[in-house]
Amino acid sequence: MAVVSSTNSTVMNNVEAVRATLYEAMKNDERTVILGEDVGARGNVFLITKDFIGEFGERRVIDTPIAEASIVGIAVGMAMEGLRPIAEIQFADFIYPSFNQIVGEAAKIRYRSNGEYTCPLVIRTPYGGGVRGALSHSVSIEALFYHVPGLKIVAPSFPDDVKGLLNAAIDDPDPVLFLEHKKTYRLIKGEVPDGHYTIPLGKANVRKAGTQLTVVSYGLYLHWALEAAQRLQEENLSVEVIDLRSIRPMDKTAILTSVEKTRKLLIVHEDNKFGGIGAEISAMVAEEALFSLDSPIRRLCGPDVPSMGYALPLEEEFMSSPAEMADAMRAMVKF
Amino acid sequence: MATTITMPQLGETVTEGTVAQWLKSVGDSVDKYEDFVEVSTDKVNAGVPSPVTGTIRELLVKEGETVATGTPIAVIDEAGATKTAASEAPGATAAPAAVAAPVAAAPPTPAVSSPNGATAAAASESVESESALRGASPAVRRLAREHRIDIRAIKGSGSNGRVTADDVLAAVTAAPSPATARTSTYAQPIPGSTVTLTQARRIIAERMVESKHSAPHAWSMVEIDVTDVWSWRVREKDRFERESGYKLTLLPFFIRAVVESLAAFPLMNARFVPASGSSQPSIYVNEEVNIGIAIGLATNLVVPVIRRADKLSIKGIALAAGELIEKARKGKLGVDDLAGGTFTVNNNGANGSWASAPIINGGQAGIVTMEAVVKKVVVRDDDSLAIRRMMNSCLSLDHRVVDGYVASGFLADLKQRLERMGPQGDL
Repeated sequence: MAVVSSTNSTVMNNVEAVRATLYEAMKNDERTVILGEDVGARGNVFLITKDFIGEFGERRVIDTPIAEASIVGIAVGMAMEGLRPIAEIQFADFIYPSFNQIVGEAAKIRYRSNGEYTCPLVIRTPYGGGVRGALSHSVSIEALFYHVPGLKIVAPSFPDDVKGLLNAAIDDPDPVLFLEHKKTYRLIKGEVPDGHYTIPLGKANVRKAGTQLTVVSYGLYLHWALEAAQRLQEENLSVEVIDLRSIRPMDKTAILTSVEKTRKLLIVHEDNKFGGIGAEISAMVAEEALFSLDSPIRRLCGPDVPSMGYALPLEEEFMSSPAEMADAMRAMVKF
Repeated sequence: MATTITMPQLGETVTEGTVAQWLKSVGDSVDKYEDFVEVSTDKVNAGVPSPVTGTIRELLVKEGETVATGTPIAVIDEAGATKTAASEAPGATAAPAAVAAPVAAAPPTPAVSSPNGATAAAASESVESESALRGASPAVRRLAREHRIDIRAIKGSGSNGRVTADDVLAAVTAAPSPATARTSTYAQPIPGSTVTLTQARRIIAERMVESKHSAPHAWSMVEIDVTDVWSWRVREKDRFERESGYKLTLLPFFIRAVVESLAAFPLMNARFVPASGSSQPSIYVNEEVNIGIAIGLATNLVVPVIRRADKLSIKGIALAAGELIEKARKGKLGVDDLAGGTFTVNNNGANGSWASAPIINGGQAGIVTMEAVVKKVVVRDDDSLAIRRMMNSCLSLDHRVVDGYVASGFLADLKQRLERMGPQGDL
């Protein structure tokens, strides 16, 4: 659970929670450095780092060229030599040039140096669709990095988790890919405890308790899954919704505990179904809890198409909805 | 062992099929892989091979009839197999009146529970049999193995009648486990041993004596033609089960008729108040109509109450009853579920009983039973003969509250209402 040093809290949306946490990190630790495209003078495209450059100076808030491999590569070097860099990839869709720096370098440094070096690096990036972002502002990239040992992936959905998990990511001695669903940035508001606290990486959270079906999700879809589960509650169907929060490490205990109770598992995510996060969760449950299952595991995920289209019908076709999730849940409860 | 054959799915987008021609009749033997029926769809006509060698026991669909894929169309007795406990369970012995009356579907009878565990081992082997397990999930298989329950003896509440993990657990709750069967209990007493009364049994014993001693019981019976209401139930039952998850039995139809008759005969919904101190004895006519339904569990009877049953539709009664039955089987009835009954209905016929003399639930004026529904040849008013589904209904009444005249009027009214109840509109 969160270690809270203050009992007061402030209502924020997700983007405000990111900003507040980064500000505190900059304030509290001189080693903290923010670098990325437009993070300085522009104050980030979502105004997350607005005025940071004035307060902390351009040596700690660094505007970079449009060169993602360099952003991450430079940050890896900073992290290895004792700084606490927080690199930003402006949109997750642009992360591909830095793939080698993340997978080939950052994730392997502790291993390659036999523990002599670590890479305390956070890479923040907004991801996800539902905002008419089309080909280059809609993508989910988590599955591409999911396969890589040495890399942690975090995808909070609520503002209090944003703060607790971002603090934990900054404190972590190894690289963390921190995914922020851009549709939830201003959509989702909640109480955020004041003061510094962390939420352990790798711990899921049961956001709604239930008995007849376990739903595992994260990101925007987590909110829709909660909405769908609430609808089913009104029909006296009891669904448990687990907010994964950390995609990797996976909280096996939380998932297995729930599935052993409900005996049914639905995984809901926006990223493509094939080879996605749901595939790994599904395989894990099939390996560890087959004899608790009273129905086939089901995944409700993005379709296998190269991208979300710009046209609204194409985007809607790609995205699921609370209604579709409710239908899937209902069918599974009644199976 | 009986194998139920369902309408096959002849093509990915095909959802229904028509029985074009039965190639076998009831009683015919059939070889494995031998075609026994010809099915036509809008895409193909095809012979359907039998999955087993055996004898045709039942053909469930008429030639020319179209049914959804997955609908049972025939039952084949497998050659060389013996009958299962499940197929022999109904009609074994009639339980004592008002003590054990499973409402709705008879609780699943486990094929096990002999003290030496011999049949338990046999059942565990049969659990491995392929056809019994078709569609059983890993959880169901594990639970059935752990509790030594024969999946085939369980009525499934899942989609397409699938046995769910909850069904297995409900069967475990409803039936004595092998472990308890080894010790002497009410459900499986060892001859020559003394059975200690459970709290529930002690209370039942006391209340029965009190009711039988204080209320002079009188008894009457009518025979009711339930053919039409039966058809209505058959027409609605699949949809109801699909939508609610509960089986639709005759009980809610019967209760609906009972509450209407109680409205016409309010004295049947009353209680006798004996003299106490200086106050004279009196009769209190209840305002609410709360119907107790007798549910037989392995160790004792429970009578949970459907509150304000007169305000509920048949569907509403069915839902309320379904919920209470489920709670009863899981041992989850609360005090509120059991209190406040003003009249009791006992579905005594599930095990084949044809008449019974129930004991009145203390503080009520009467109890009425539903006996077994049997097909009979009846002579109608115009002297024609007809095969009809007939059911006896027995009434015990507190003779302090009402006389035979009122009671027989009540029964006649109940009979009339049920006989008029046929397929019509919504439940």
